[in-house]
Amino acid sequence: MTVKVMSSQEVTKKIVNKESLFILDVRNQNDFNDWKIEGTNFEYFNIPYFELLDGVEEIMDKLPTSKEILVVCAKEGSSIMVAEMLSEEGLTVSYLQGGMKAWSEYLEPVKVGDLYNGGEIYQFVRIGKGCLSYMIVSNGEAAIIDATRMVDVFLNFAKEMGVTIKHVFDTHLHADHISGGREIANQTGATYWMPPKDAEEVTFNYSPLESGEVIPIGHTAIDIHALYSPGHTIGSTSFIVDGKFLLSGDILFIDSIGRPDLAGKAEDWVGDLRESLYTRYKELSEKLMVLPTHFMIIDELNVDGSVGKKLGSLFAENHGLNITDEMEFRKLVTENLPPQPNAYQEIRETNMGKIHPDLDKQREMEIGPNRCAVR
Amino acid sequence: MESTKLLDAKGLACPMPIVKTKKAMEVIETGQILEVHTTDIGAKNDLSAWAKSRGHELLKHEEENGVLKFWIKKA
Repeated sequence: MTVKVMSSQEVTKKIVNKESLFILDVRNQNDFNDWKIEGTNFEYFNIPYFELLDGVEEIMDKLPTSKEILVVCAKEGSSIMVAEMLSEEGLTVSYLQGGMKAWSEYLEPVKVGDLYNGGEIYQFVRIGKGCLSYMIVSNGEAAIIDATRMVDVFLNFAKEMGVTIKHVFDTHLHADHISGGREIANQTGATYWMPPKDAEEVTFNYSPLESGEVIPIGHTAIDIHALYSPGHTIGSTSFIVDGKFLLSGDILFIDSIGRPDLAGKAEDWVGDLRESLYTRYKELSEKLMVLPTHFMIIDELNVDGSVGKKLGSLFAENHGLNITDEMEFRKLVTENLPPQPNAYQEIRETNMGKIHPDLDKQREMEIGPNRCAVR
Repeated sequence: MESTKLLDAKGLACPMPIVKTKKAMEVIETGQILEVHTTDIGAKNDLSAWAKSRGHELLKHEEENGVLKFWIKKA
């Protein structure tokens, strides 16, 4: 039997279409328990590759004969070895191209809506890590919001669309992933914006995002309103695009809300978080489509693979927006929090420009899910 | 630390550091120590998990100029 290769893009398609897939994950148990490929109809079996060096006979009865099998490891090498052994036993299996490293870096662009006079807004879904970036295009110009470090994806996308990147924004100082914002601005000459309250320790120049700032994109003047919404970080800023879309950063997600503790200031920021969610967001139109910077669970994906929902629906359904008791809210966001994102301190320092890890180190720092939310 | 045998697995990608470590362990005696050098970051967790599952003792590991060094005592 032959060994096939499956790309991250093909796996993403299976997730979006809710297809079934049997994943044989040959990473060690801790890595598997910490982070894996999530799919509604995916089944899993985890055994480290180093338990299979003498052969795969012992696991043959654990594997289905009528289902598609994907062998997954950290960087691909071990999954090829195991896939070849299974193939010798007569099974047809695939391995994940580039392993979890490639899975973490894969971005799927999805169009999420039309804007005034021919403009469009695209979401870049980092499916493996749960990060979401945005590109707004209008009349030959583009703005990018919360870009991940895979900057070529954004640069190539803009090139294919025939648009010039004019503005690059970070809604806040990220703690779960390394921002590609500055790099894109450096390569294109675009203006890089971030909230000044999150930028007190940064080592580079930037344009300060102030509340109420309106930045036009394209000749049709699609307005991006910056809306100060502290809580996840003290500078966290949301954007309202064209009066239709609310880019909520890490403040509000689809089925969860932002956590206030990643800069070690949960107690100080919990009041801001509540104020942003329960007062500032309450004053906005319920018809706004909320487009966050993360998703936490695969159920938050829409049928087309995008992540977004009307603000009105979130006020009705999102538990984090429906806690009337302030003490209970305080407890939810400061106690029993999920583990913090991998290497989050180093990631924050990298995003401040204080440290400059090489690419391998950056990949290692970003391993695992984003963990920016509480439910 | 004294070792019976040195395995240079520098520059090799996963799974080779462990495949070679396993082979090298087969030719030394119980109680003897294998020293492994690798540049594969993933080897850190995998080598210790593998050694544990085989009953070998990971005596020490250190990092020097990007090279990960392990001392494993054969069970």
